[in-house]
Parts: sequence; structure tokens; C-alpha cells
Amino acid sequence: MTQPMVRLSGLYKIFGARDKDVLHHVQDGMGKEELLAQHGHVLGLNNINIDMQAGEITVVMGLSGSGKSTLIRHLNRLIEPTAGEIIVQGEDVMQLSEDGLRHARQEKMSMVFQKFALLPHKTVLKNAGMPLSVRGEDETTCDREAAKWLERVGLSGFENHYPAQLSGGMQQRVGIARALTANTPIMLMDEAFSALDPLIRTDMQDLLLELQKELHKTIIFITHDLDEALKLADHLVILKDGFVVQQGEPQHILLNPNDPYIEDFVSDINRARVLRVRSIMTPLVGGKVPKDAHGEVDVNDTLESMIARSGGDTSHAYVVKDGEKTVGSLDMTELVRALVPRVASEAGARQS
Amino acid sequence: MAFYDKLFSALGLSEWCGTSDDKAPLSLADLAAQAGGEEASGPFIPIPSFDNLHESCNRIWQSRDVTNGIEEGFLAAKPVLKTVLDPITQPLSWILDGALWLFEATPWFIMVPLLVAISWYASRSRPVTIFVAASIMMLALVDHYDVAMQTLSIVFVCTTISVLFGVPIGIAMSKSDRLQKGVVPLLDLLQTLPTFVYLIPLIFLFSVTESKLYGIAIILYAIVPVIRLTDLGIRLVDRDVIEAANAFGMNDRQKLMRVQLPLALPNIMAGINQTIMMSLAMVVIASLVSAPGLGVNVLRGIRNLELGVGIVAGIGIVLLAVILDRVSKAALTRVDKTQVKH
Repeated sequence: MTQPMVRLSGLYKIFGARDKDVLHHVQDGMGKEELLAQHGHVLGLNNINIDMQAGEITVVMGLSGSGKSTLIRHLNRLIEPTAGEIIVQGEDVMQLSEDGLRHARQEKMSMVFQKFALLPHKTVLKNAGMPLSVRGEDETTCDREAAKWLERVGLSGFENHYPAQLSGGMQQRVGIARALTANTPIMLMDEAFSALDPLIRTDMQDLLLELQKELHKTIIFITHDLDEALKLADHLVILKDGFVVQQGEPQHILLNPNDPYIEDFVSDINRARVLRVRSIMTPLVGGKVPKDAHGEVDVNDTLESMIARSGGDTSHAYVVKDGEKTVGSLDMTELVRALVPRVASEAGARQS
Repeated sequence: MAFYDKLFSALGLSEWCGTSDDKAPLSLADLAAQAGGEEASGPFIPIPSFDNLHESCNRIWQSRDVTNGIEEGFLAAKPVLKTVLDPITQPLSWILDGALWLFEATPWFIMVPLLVAISWYASRSRPVTIFVAASIMMLALVDHYDVAMQTLSIVFVCTTISVLFGVPIGIAMSKSDRLQKGVVPLLDLLQTLPTFVYLIPLIFLFSVTESKLYGIAIILYAIVPVIRLTDLGIRLVDRDVIEAANAFGMNDRQKLMRVQLPLALPNIMAGINQTIMMSLAMVVIASLVSAPGLGVNVLRGIRNLELGVGIVAGIGIVLLAVILDRVSKAALTRVDKTQVKH
């Protein structure tokens, strides 16, 4: 595999005055509660190793207090790590000078915030053009670029409004336009949609996916919402108490959770909507295609659409196609089995 | 035989104290006692003050030595202070005198429309502007136009200088917790110390005929709110917005000019409003040390018991205060408007 866009290795963050002194306790395996009780320091991140590939959306998911917001702030060093390496495009962020760091923040990474964090005394246009004007671009360029991206996120006509005049969803569109105007290869999104109501949130997720199809940025997205994570993620990282519980392809995590914590998480998910045919099909071995196939389906169809198509008949079987190529077969019985979480099928594993 | 004699002998300090040969009376009570041939009688246990302890031990100061000491210390430091402070503060005299001359020399038919135009530009409010015009004409009607302009010129100069120094000091305080810890007690002191108390050393330092004397007194008193509110305003700027400014790579200067100062502006304006009000309040007291203006008439009213003169001048000050307050407040709400929904 090529060099990842962002590589975090051996990253630790401990909050407290003597963080470097107590680091070895954590490295020796001391947990969050023990560290707080015995040394009065709070463990933020515990040995994080993540590779984020160029052009992918890496979603970091965890409940509040799991350290996900701390993690994203390490990429542009809004928070200084206690130990570890942060490599962005082959360059160690920890070695950057103050100027170099500022440069990296201007040119490499833009950020979208949960609470929007727009400048209230500037118009939407000036807000969106801010990253360019910080770099010292002239006003015409800033305004032109800002107007272009505002239009792209569906805000043309609002250029001269002030942020307080817009709804939350529209304000976050300005936030996204601002990050896009910066024209950086990496976008950091810190719970960007968490403050929005569910319908607007879905809209914004669709907008992000649509933009991503075109722009192929490296996006690091933080969320506490598993549905959102599964919808957006190319690579999913699940964080708990500051360490990575599991990371990988979201479909894979959903089907093979390696930890009770994650099993608990995924058991409440509408699996039919999230899982895709490619995850549960029987791969084609030796070019044999079931003769009694009822039709052809695409590898990326969701199970939900398959159920609709078969009319609920479990005796059906389908040929799975990836473009023109036949890649496997799908038995509806398999599909139904995949709909039940592994834990729930083991009777009594989760009583509640 | 004084009450604390036993204490000093018990501590073995009789030698060090020496014999009490000082028979000079300390107070009227002592004097009366000497005349009557009796000991001064006080409470059973006298309070351990310098004077009472001195009766038992000559080495202990008397209280009058403390006040004397302060005075002598100040007089000793005066030549040095004067050589340093005099040249530094001299421009203040020039500015005050220049502004005074300018306000007096400008004919009223230019000055009044100019003031009305400034109020319109600052407040963009028709009622406020009309009120300003009416108030000035009313002052002119009772022949207080000249003194009102003198007062206005002093307020104008002192407020401008307070803002020029106060805002940078406030910014510096907001950046450094240590500086803030150091400066805040000083500001508390300036605000609570009775104004007459710092007039006294100023009179010693500078001649009463110099205008910088009252200039310094007014500025010291009026600069406090603008410093405090600049510091507060910058500290209150939303952390999320500052974080966003950092995330997009702003340097400290950009952060200050584009984010912190604009967002702190409503607070800073409130501070400036307070500074104007306080320099106006101080103008009356400053007339004790030869500041011209409406305060002189108020003082005349007090000294000569000229009730009418004092009250008319007092109402004049109130009118000026209301004008300045309304105009600066209207300007403040106008500045604030970009932040609220409209």
C-alpha cells in the first residue's frame, strides 16, 4: 500500500502537570481510573496507531469522553501530545517550528467545528474567504473563491448575511465552505453534524458524500453516532477510554465485532440498511454460477433493497455482479441470517 | 509609671529602651494631667499603640513620626521624581492647553454644528442628535457656553489619552495572567483611593498652575474602566472561535486584529463610556487645582455660598454628562448590532 496521508503511531496524551512523568505507568498498562486515582492525571489517548489513507473518509467513533475530539486536535497540534508521532504527508508534525506549524494549518489541514465557530462580526462571504485572507491573498481572490464554494454548498444569495441570521444547518454549510475554500488536501471534521437536527444532519451527510465523490479529500470525521459513522466511513476507528478498540472496514466491523463493547454498539443498528451484498455474498469459486438464479444484483446493493426485490422469499438466489464481472452468488437464507447480530443469536448473551 | 513598663522589663529590653527622660506631653490629656499633677488616666489596659508603647520605651516611634516619615521620604524623593516625571508629562500640559485654546478659539457657529455633526455620525440617531443641539443651545442661553467648552476639551483630551494607554494595557493584561494579577490591585487602588488623596502628592510634585496636574489626576481616575473592560472583553471572546482562528493558522497579530478586538469591541466601548463619565466627574474636583470649566463655578457656589451659580453650573455638568453618555451609548449599540439578529 502507498504511504498513508496521515499516520499516527504510538500516540499518548495525558492531561495533567506531570504528564511525561506518569507516561511510563500508562505504557506499563495502567488504566484510566487507576491513573486518576493514584496520580491525579487524566488519560486522554492511549497508544493510538492509525493510518489514514489519501482520498478516504476515516471516521473516528466513540462515546463522549472516549478521547475522539482530543485525537483530532492532535493532527494540527491544537493539543500537544505527551508522546508519539504524527506524520502528515511524510512530514513529522511534531518537528515543525511555530511558523511551519502555522503554514501546515493554512495549507494542509482545514477544520470544521461542532459549534461552527464562525466570526460573528463578518458576513458569510468573508467568513468563507477567511482561510485565504489569513494566507495574505488579495480580497478579490478571497471573495471569488468564497463565492464559488458557497454556491457549491447551496448558499448562494446569502453572501452578505451575518452568521447569526442563518439557521444551524446553514451556518455549518458556511463552516464547510470555509474549509473547502482553504483548498487543503486534508479536512478535519469534529462532530461537524452533531449539533444539527436529524433531517438536516442527513442532508449534510449526503452533501459531504457528494462533495467527496468529486474532490477526493482525505477526511477525518469525528462522531458519536454509529449510523453516521457507517454511512460515511471508508475506514472506521472505534475509540473507548482513549484506546482503539477496533478499526477497519465498517462492514467488516459490523459482521465481526471483536469486543463486547462494539457488539453492544452494533446490536442496535438497522443492519439491512447498512450491510451490502458484497459483505455477505458467497464468492465465486471456479466460475460456477447458481443455475436457478432469480436475477443479477450489484455488489453494492444494500440488503434492504434485496429484501424488497425478493419480496421476502428466502428461497431465492441471485448472481452478484461488480460492473460487468460476475463475482459471487447470494442466497437469501444467508441474507436473513446476516440480519441477526451474532450476540443476539447466542441466546441470553444480552438479556436487557 | 506607664502601663507597658513591666512588659519591656519582662522581655529584658529595659536597657535597650533607655530611660524615659522625655517629659514632653504627647496629648492634651497628658498636658492636663501634668498641669494637675496626676497621671493621664485612660482605660485600664491602654491599646498598644505607638504612643502608648513610647511612654514605656523611648526607642519606640511615636505615631507622628510615621506621618512625618512619609512626608520627609516623599520630599526626599521629590527632586528625583520631578526630574523624571516633569519632562515625560510635559506634553500633557501642551495638549491640554492646546485643546483648551482650540475649543475656545473656534467660533460657536462652527463649533456647535461640528458637535452636532459628530453626534450624528457617532450615534446615527435623530433624537440623540436633536437632544445634543438643544442642550448646547440651552447652555449657551445662560452664558455657560464657554465654560462648558472648557470642560468638554478637558474631557476630550483625558478620555483620548486614557483610551490610547488603557486599551493596550488591557490587551497586555488579557494575554498574561501574571500581569493581570499585578495590575488588578493597582486598578482597585486607583478606583477606591479618595481622589483628594492622590491630589496631595501631585500638588507637591507639580506646580498648581500647570494643567498637567489636573490632567494626570483625571486620567489616573478615568483610565481604570477602559483597562478593565478591554481585559475582560478579550478574555470573554468565545473559545471556539479562537480555536478556529488557530486551526486556520492565524498568527497572534491576525488573531488580535481580526478576532479578539472586534469581538471585544462592545465591552471596550462600554469601558470608554465609563471612562468619559468618570473624567467628567473628576473635572469638578480638578477645579480645586486650577482646572477651568464648569467645575470652577460649582466651586464658587460652595465657597461663596452662591446657590444659583452652583446649581446652574451643576445642571450644566449633568447636561454634558447626559450628552456624552447618550452619544457614546448609541455608538455602542450601533457597533454591537452586527452580533445580534437583525
